[in-house]
Amino acid sequence: MDVIEVQNLHKRYGETVAVEDVSFTVEKGEIFGILGPNGAGKTTTVECVEGLRRPDAGSVSVLGMEPARDRTALTQRLGVQLQEGALQEKLKVREAMELYASFYPEPADGDELLELLGLAGKRNTYYKKLSGGQKQRLSIALALIGNPEIAVLDELTTGLDPQARRDTWTLVESVRDRGVTIVLVTHFMDEAERLCDRLALIDEGRVAAVDTPAGLVDRAGGEQRVRFRPSAEPDGELLAAVPEVSSVSREGDHVVVSGTGNLVPLVVNALSSAQIVPIDMRVEQANLEDAFVMLTGKALEFDTAVEPAGAPHQKSLR
Amino acid sequence: MSTMSPARPRGTDTRLATLGRLTTVELKIVVRDVVAIIFALLFPAALFIVLGAAQPGFRDPEEAFGGLRPLDVYGPVVIGLAIATAAFSMLPGYLAQYRENGVLRRLATTPASPSSLLGAQLIVHTGLTTGGSVLALFSATVIFDVRWPGNMPGLVVAFVLSAVACFLLGLVVAAVAKNARVANALGMVVYFPMLFFAGVWTPGDAMPDGLRAVADFTPLGAATEAMSDAWVHGDWPSALHLLVLAGWAVVGSVAAARLFRWE
Repeated sequence: MDVIEVQNLHKRYGETVAVEDVSFTVEKGEIFGILGPNGAGKTTTVECVEGLRRPDAGSVSVLGMEPARDRTALTQRLGVQLQEGALQEKLKVREAMELYASFYPEPADGDELLELLGLAGKRNTYYKKLSGGQKQRLSIALALIGNPEIAVLDELTTGLDPQARRDTWTLVESVRDRGVTIVLVTHFMDEAERLCDRLALIDEGRVAAVDTPAGLVDRAGGEQRVRFRPSAEPDGELLAAVPEVSSVSREGDHVVVSGTGNLVPLVVNALSSAQIVPIDMRVEQANLEDAFVMLTGKALEFDTAVEPAGAPHQKSLR
Repeated sequence: MSTMSPARPRGTDTRLATLGRLTTVELKIVVRDVVAIIFALLFPAALFIVLGAAQPGFRDPEEAFGGLRPLDVYGPVVIGLAIATAAFSMLPGYLAQYRENGVLRRLATTPASPSSLLGAQLIVHTGLTTGGSVLALFSATVIFDVRWPGNMPGLVVAFVLSAVACFLLGLVVAAVAKNARVANALGMVVYFPMLFFAGVWTPGDAMPDGLRAVADFTPLGAATEAMSDAWVHGDWPSALHLLVLAGWAVVGSVAAARLFRWE
């Protein structure tokens, strides 16, 4: 069942087109990602879903309602975490939770949410005294306080440290397991890959593709690359003769073998038949980034600072 | 979470309850802002006390005031000051900051609308202004033996209309200022001339005729004159001043409604 339907959405601010033509549907109970570089139109798109902005053309339907028209009814069933949404500086965490809980007919347990988000010790702290990460987590708590059927989370983990990011991902999954549909706006590849059931890749106000993360990676060719330093110089034909190998190239001391299927044991076997040992062997899998580059023809603004250590894909795409 | 009843229509009760909760929260926030409390609540009375106790000649009868002491005519000026402080200094600052920080926007995504927060702010500042004015009234009558307002209902009418006009104009300041810093600066640009015409430095009865004629048409000048008629002279406020205040209220409400942006 579709809970969100966006059809040919178009939105401009004066002369600037923020969203050219965006269509997608979100199914009940899934984590749906909207992935794209900064300025692609992601936030404007979800603002039309939230009812904060009125589309210039196209249609948006959320839980059978038109957001811009039925905003009051929709806000009771849709929780929102804004990319830039703040609270009054001298409002305490506990007061904010109580206030926001009072807006909804059947609110969630605020104390439980604060506990889950690691903010239980900050109940009596003023909003302005919270760190960036704590503000972000409080903002997530407030998005969930109304027991929403759909939660829209915009740049969920921006500003969080790596541990807090992983904790937040776990939280999002547990919220989804309770039956909440989640729309996740992000420009982080690893976040999208880890969390999303399906993704819309958005670029310059248009949808480049909608698919599962694995489906998108497949579109990028699904090739693997194996990179190693050989203990002795292999014969030029040795590796190219393996049927699954599509290309062999040299990069300094290293040999780079591209291909499909179970590439690693095939390469190791071929080398050992010539008494060659691969040293420093690394496998590079095609990932969402490759898919994005392939589908849009450009690199995604990619924040390597928060990449988990030892990520398989080391290439910098800045 | 998955078993939600369909959205219920929100009745007047719910909206009033929301306004009540937001008002409580905003009151707490203003109280935590010590400077705001000092200025809105205590400054008017304190100014009266300091002038009365220390300003030379303030307790001596004067020709210009028909034999009254400057103290006797200064009460309405101090109340005008209380209104102006809330309307042009505090209200625009808070609202512009809430818009700048995204507080209003955040509320727009909940069943509570940002207009409830605006309402709560107006209630809180009205309350503080009233409190500050009552304190000033009592310090005048109790400490300095100033005569109790001759026409109390007249004073209340003048006060309410003055507060409405000034707060609406304060909303216009909040509307045209793009952030809190600009709102504060712009508020001050309006605030000090207003205080001048209100007679903080030269009470209306002692103003030169030309200046007095201009002051009659400014919001705060009309406000203090209207309150002065009721408090000092025991009359009803003159139609001219009430009309001027009503006019400013209309200007303020039209401009604020057209210009105010939630984000």
